[in-house]
Amino acid sequence: MSNPLTLADVERVAALAHLELTDAEKHTFLEQLNEILGYAQQIQKVDTTGVAPTAHVASRHSADRTDELRPSLPVIEALAAAPEPALQAGLFKVPRVLGGIE
Amino acid sequence: MTAAVPNSAHEIRDAISKGDASAVEVCRWYLDRIQQINATLGAFRAVAAERALEQAATIDRTRPQLPLAGVPIAIKDNMCTRGLPTTASSRILEGYVAPYDATVIARLQRAGAIVIGKTNCDEFAMGSSTENSAFGPSRNPWDVDRIPGGSSGGSAVAVAARLAPVALGSDTGGSIRQPAAMCGILGLKPTYGRVSRYGLLAFASSLDQIGPMSRSVHDAALLLNVIAGPDPADSTAAPEPVPDFTHALTGDVRGLRIGVPSAILDEGVDAGVRRAFAVSLDVVRARGATLIDIDLPHARYAIPTYYLVATAEASSNLARYDGVRYGFRATGGLPDAAAALGGPGGAPSGPMDLRSMYNRTRNQGFGAEVKRRIILGTYVLSAGYYDAYYLKAQQVRTLIRGDYETSFERVDVVATPTSPTPAFKLGERLEDPLQMYLNDVFTVSANLAGLPAISVPCGFAAPSERGPQLPIGLQLTGRMFDEATLLRVADAYQRDTDWWRREPVVANPNPESRVPSYFSKAFTRSPQDTNT
Repeated sequence: MSNPLTLADVERVAALAHLELTDAEKHTFLEQLNEILGYAQQIQKVDTTGVAPTAHVASRHSADRTDELRPSLPVIEALAAAPEPALQAGLFKVPRVLGGIE
Repeated sequence: MTAAVPNSAHEIRDAISKGDASAVEVCRWYLDRIQQINATLGAFRAVAAERALEQAATIDRTRPQLPLAGVPIAIKDNMCTRGLPTTASSRILEGYVAPYDATVIARLQRAGAIVIGKTNCDEFAMGSSTENSAFGPSRNPWDVDRIPGGSSGGSAVAVAARLAPVALGSDTGGSIRQPAAMCGILGLKPTYGRVSRYGLLAFASSLDQIGPMSRSVHDAALLLNVIAGPDPADSTAAPEPVPDFTHALTGDVRGLRIGVPSAILDEGVDAGVRRAFAVSLDVVRARGATLIDIDLPHARYAIPTYYLVATAEASSNLARYDGVRYGFRATGGLPDAAAALGGPGGAPSGPMDLRSMYNRTRNQGFGAEVKRRIILGTYVLSAGYYDAYYLKAQQVRTLIRGDYETSFERVDVVATPTSPTPAFKLGERLEDPLQMYLNDVFTVSANLAGLPAISVPCGFAAPSERGPQLPIGLQLTGRMFDEATLLRVADAYQRDTDWWRREPVVANPNPESRVPSYFSKAFTRSPQDTNT
C-alpha cells in the first residue's frame, strides 16, 4: 500500500492548524502518520452503504433558557491568565496584525 | 497512624460525621504521605495543602451531614479548579489558574469533599501511559519502572498508593479504565451525558466523560451520586433521573446474563491477562450469572475509527490555545538546532506578527503527541479526505454502536479484559504511537457507543518469567444509563475477591528530598507567563 501522506501534505496541514514544525518534526510525523493512516485504511473494507454517520450519541433534548441577563466572568478575571493583558483598556494585547513585522 | 485513617471514602465520611475522626487529621495524613512518596511516583502536579486544611477545619467545626464530608479527593489536572493550577499537563497552560470551578468540582465541594491536589496526566488526556505529560511521567506504584497507564495515570497512582482515598479521572478512549486496571484500582466511565463536562478541558467532545476512581465499588457509587445529573452549563448532560447508586450494591447477580465476545479475546492478549479474565468470569458465574458468547463483528475496527474521530474533534478543540487569552505565548523562534542554524524550518527569533506568534506558540507549547493528533485530525477533516476518513469513521461508529445494541437484546453486560497487557515499561512504546494506540483495543468502543463501562481489579500477572506481578482489570460494559448494573456486578465480584484490597509497597529512595519541587509553587505563576 502506498503512503497516503506526503511531506507537502504535512506542511499544508500544519499550516492550516497554525502549527510551525521543525524539519525534524515534519519527517518524524510524516513517517508516523503514514503508519497510522495505513493502519486506519482497514475501515475502507467495511460496507457502509446506507449507514448514517454518528457524530454524537447524546440524547437530544432542549437546552433552551429564557434570554435574561446573567452575571458572567468579570473582565479583570478574564484577563488574569493572559500572557499580555491590557488591563486599563480591558483587552488582550497581540502582536501586530497588519503590515508586516514592526 | 495508618490504622487510624480509614481506607475508603465512605468510612472516612462516617468517622468524621460521627466525630470519631477529625477531617484535619485525615487531611494531614494524606498530605504527609504525599510529601513522603509523591516525588517517587509523580502522581500530583500541584497540592493544595493550605486550602485543603482550611476546608477540613471548617468541616470539623460544622460537622455537616454531607455525602462526602471531609473526604480528600485528587482531581485530574484537566478539570478547572478555581484558584488552583489547571494545566492538562501541557506547557501551553503552564501557570494557568482557572477562574471558575468545573461543575463536578462545585458538586464535590457542595457534598463536603476536599480537593487535595491536581494529578498528572498525558497532555490534554492524549495518551495511554502519562508519558506524554510535559512535566514528566507518573510511575506505577507496583513497579516504578513501569507506566501507570493513562491518561488519568496520576489519579490512578494517587488512589493505588493511598495518596488520596478517591479521585476523578476523565475518559475519552479508556483514560479512566486502563490506568485503573494497571494500578489495581476501580475506574468507572459513566454513560456519555451522565456527568457534566462543563469545566473539563475538551479533547474529543463526543467521547469525553468524567468519572470516579476508587478502591471499592461503594466509593465509586458514592462519587457518581454526587457528580451525576443534568447541568444548565452543559447541554449534553442528560436529564435522565439519577438513582442512588449505592442501592445497586446488593450482591445479587442471579440470572444476570454476561456477554463474552470470545472471538476478539485471543489476538494480542497476554496469556496472564486471559487467565485472570477467565477466572474472574467463573467467580461471577458462581454467584448465579450466566455467560453467553456474543459477536461484536465491528469491534476490530474500533481503534482506527476511534483515532480518526477523536483526532478530528481534538484538532478543532485545541484551536483555542493560541497564546492570546491564557497560558504560554512564544516570544522567540523555534528552540531546536534548525532554528539555531537559521536553516530551513527554523525561524529567526525577534519581533513577530500575529500569525507567527500563533504558529510558534503552538509549536513550543504543545508536545509531540498533541501535535501529531492535531495534524492527523486536521488532515482527516480537510477537503478531499473528509469523506474517506472522517465520514467513513462516523459510519463505522454507527455499526460499532449497533453491535452493542444487538448484543444487549441477549445480555445485560459485556465482559472483556480492560487492557490486553499489564503495565509496560516506561519508554517502551513512546517512539511507536501506533503500538501505543493498540493498547486501547478493548476500551475505545464504550466511548464510541456512549456506553458506561467499569474496570475492576481481577488479579495479577507477570509480564515475563522473572517480571513483577502486575494488576489486571476486568472490564464490564453496560446499557446506556445503566451504571447501576455495572456497579452491582463489580460489587458482587469484590465480595468474593480481595484483589482490590491489595496495596503496593512504595519505597522512598530519597527521604531527604521529601517536598516535590512544585509543592510550594502551587499558587504562583511561572515567570514566562508574567511578562506584562
